[in-house]
Amino acid sequence: MKEEIIIAGFGGQGVLSMGKILAYSAIMQDMEVTWMPSYGPEMRGGTANVCVILSDSKIGSPIVTKYDTAVILNQQSMDKFENSVKPGGLLLYDPSGITRHPQRTDIRIARIPAIEVAASVGNPKVYNMAVLGGFLALKPIVSLENVDRGLGKCIPARYSDLIALNRKAIDEGMKSVLEIK
Amino acid sequence: MAEKILMKGNEAIAISAIRNGVDGYFGYPITPQSEVMETLMKEKPWESTGMVVLQAESETSSINMVYGGASCGKKVMTSSSSPGISLMCEGISYIAGAELPCLIVDVMRGGPGLGTIQPSQSDYTQVVKGGGHGDYRNIVLAPASAQDMYDFVDLGFELAFKYRNPAVILADGIIGQMMEKVELHPVKPRRTDEEILQTAPWATTGKPSSRERNIITSLSLDSDVQEKFNQKLKEKYDLICRNEVRYSEFQTEDAEYLIVAFGCASRICEAVVEELRAEGIKAGLLRPITLFPFPENEIATLAHRVRSIMSIELNLGQMVEDVRLAAAGTSCPVGFYGRQGGNIFTPEEIVAEFKKFNNLK
Amino acid sequence: MNIEDIKKPENIVYKRPALLTDTVMHYCPGCSHGTVHKLLAEVIDEMGIQDRTIGISPVGCSVFAYNYIDIDWQEAAHGRAPALATATKRLCPDKYVFTYQGDGDLASIGTAEIIHACARGENIVVIFINNGIYGMTGGQMAPTTLLGMKTATTPYGRDPKLNGFPLVIADMLAHLDGTAFITRQSVHTAAAARKTKAAIRKAFEYSGKGIGLSFVEIVSTCNSGWKMSPVQANKWMTENMFAKYPIGDIKDVLKK
Repeated sequence: MKEEIIIAGFGGQGVLSMGKILAYSAIMQDMEVTWMPSYGPEMRGGTANVCVILSDSKIGSPIVTKYDTAVILNQQSMDKFENSVKPGGLLLYDPSGITRHPQRTDIRIARIPAIEVAASVGNPKVYNMAVLGGFLALKPIVSLENVDRGLGKCIPARYSDLIALNRKAIDEGMKSVLEIK
Repeated sequence: MAEKILMKGNEAIAISAIRNGVDGYFGYPITPQSEVMETLMKEKPWESTGMVVLQAESETSSINMVYGGASCGKKVMTSSSSPGISLMCEGISYIAGAELPCLIVDVMRGGPGLGTIQPSQSDYTQVVKGGGHGDYRNIVLAPASAQDMYDFVDLGFELAFKYRNPAVILADGIIGQMMEKVELHPVKPRRTDEEILQTAPWATTGKPSSRERNIITSLSLDSDVQEKFNQKLKEKYDLICRNEVRYSEFQTEDAEYLIVAFGCASRICEAVVEELRAEGIKAGLLRPITLFPFPENEIATLAHRVRSIMSIELNLGQMVEDVRLAAAGTSCPVGFYGRQGGNIFTPEEIVAEFKKFNNLK
Repeated sequence: MNIEDIKKPENIVYKRPALLTDTVMHYCPGCSHGTVHKLLAEVIDEMGIQDRTIGISPVGCSVFAYNYIDIDWQEAAHGRAPALATATKRLCPDKYVFTYQGDGDLASIGTAEIIHACARGENIVVIFINNGIYGMTGGQMAPTTLLGMKTATTPYGRDPKLNGFPLVIADMLAHLDGTAFITRQSVHTAAAARKTKAAIRKAFEYSGKGIGLSFVEIVSTCNSGWKMSPVQANKWMTENMFAKYPIGDIKDVLKK
């Protein structure tokens, strides 16, 4: 099993940390992972993206151009990555702020209303965890037990109350994701 | 079982330095390696191991702080990226000339000049051939993973002290910025003053009446003395070439075509080999782990056997010169493909270039 | 008193400092370096810190200082001695660490290193020999060369329009919070040499207190570079150099 994922959106949406929590959760499941961000000036208030690869065996190239899953959180990223999804792959996106919805007919397309989910949980900062929940509902690669352990590795112990909040956002995200085709 | 932690290659350097008993780190911020010093400052090792961490006013100063610390027999290191390494070359030459051990990490970005901040391998010639003035060589390790970054700190110091020579970890923006699983090995404490006196009797530790004064210098002024010293260095470098060549091979046993790549490019070329094999083309990969000493004998042996060799690099063709020298005694053709400026090649793109070079469909 | 009496320890009134080696100094007759080396050797000996002292020599005439004083030495790249000293002191905090630098080394190519070592308050001693000229390379203009002074690269005299103004670096460094003791001395008379020795001793003592960097500038002669006899050079120094670089303490954080 090998899953190549691009997560792309605005800086501040928690793109990099979502990738990190996903990657750490996979490590808890004894998988191999790579997490490769775009870095540099484009991080400053602009777009941010991270390529996460999860695999049962050693990962060769950490750089890929076609993805099994694209998680898309703004229009620029839609324009950039829609065509990078492998045929039969998954495009998961937050429809808010999207003016041109995906056109592909050879892939799975799903929406996650993550702003609403985060609001319902009571903290806009868990936006990215709502998205992660949506992803895990469609591709349950990592067990929720290992996601909990991954969260524990990424969030300092003194913020342990945040782990429950993040987990709640993941659960709600799982319920709210809508596969449209 | 050892703890496995998800971390960036740059963070792995910092954590490894603390856990491997490094005495001092001196650095200056530059993308894409600033996480090395940031991590060290966050970890505050001066409170746990007593390790000194200092932000210098320039790379020129960082390397000269390393020079001073190494003169005392301490395990000292710095890290930077390409433009900063250029500034350090003066100091590295002095350190090589004074025969001091130290560790330098170069997380390469695109050049020349200010260039880009994206990953590159365009400091190969600079670092592998020396970089500063005078006849000298660095021991050069090329990591291809965050785990290598962690492991090569200890290995780099081991080799640096064994040969009293600067060692360089020649990484790139991908290896520095990418997060991967890193297995932490048992902690090595910093060496005591007593151990330093034993392992580095040449160091400036303060002159007791029981010995002559220790002088760390690279100056001789007498051309005959200097020539003798140069020849002594040559003997040391020859010894390093005999003893310390490290490389790894991927599917070379039955290979008809060889790819040579180091660092992040070798990772990408593993995917290339797999794609070519899936099409029935018997390709194999040799990854030099040490760039100096270079695995020239191993490449020469393969050159007798394979139909061609291609060197794949993120530059305009630097290591390929050493590959050509290694294959010079054979009729094996040597090709090159590279990307520059911080652009990264994809496996598909390399497969296409490989087929073009080898006249394959 | 016969010669054997004279040699008796109780009759000795003057001797070579124990820490000066037998190596014949390469300095020109009349040069200030030899005197400063002697004072430095005396201070280290009298403080009993030979086994705890590490010197950093520069690039310039005093590049071979390590041949003359019997302690452990590091020979720095041009201008970088304060960087070496910084790491040495931080990694070996129980040691006394000093740099010995000329005006080209410290005030020209090494300005960044000295200023930041001062700003960080490194607990080191800096001995700064200011003779207003590059001695080793054959008498070129230094940053401290006086206006109108003739050198190999200012053959018609230093012209501020062409060459800028002399750098009064000790006064600049006194403004930095990390400096503890800054003084300017000379060694052209026995009395001046005694004061310089006291200043060097104070600098070493301060560096052991962890209160910041101590800086001893010694306005010096370079009679070869200045193309004068030693006597003429001393006279020229007192009449010209002292006007721009006045002798005396500039900063002492322990003096109320």
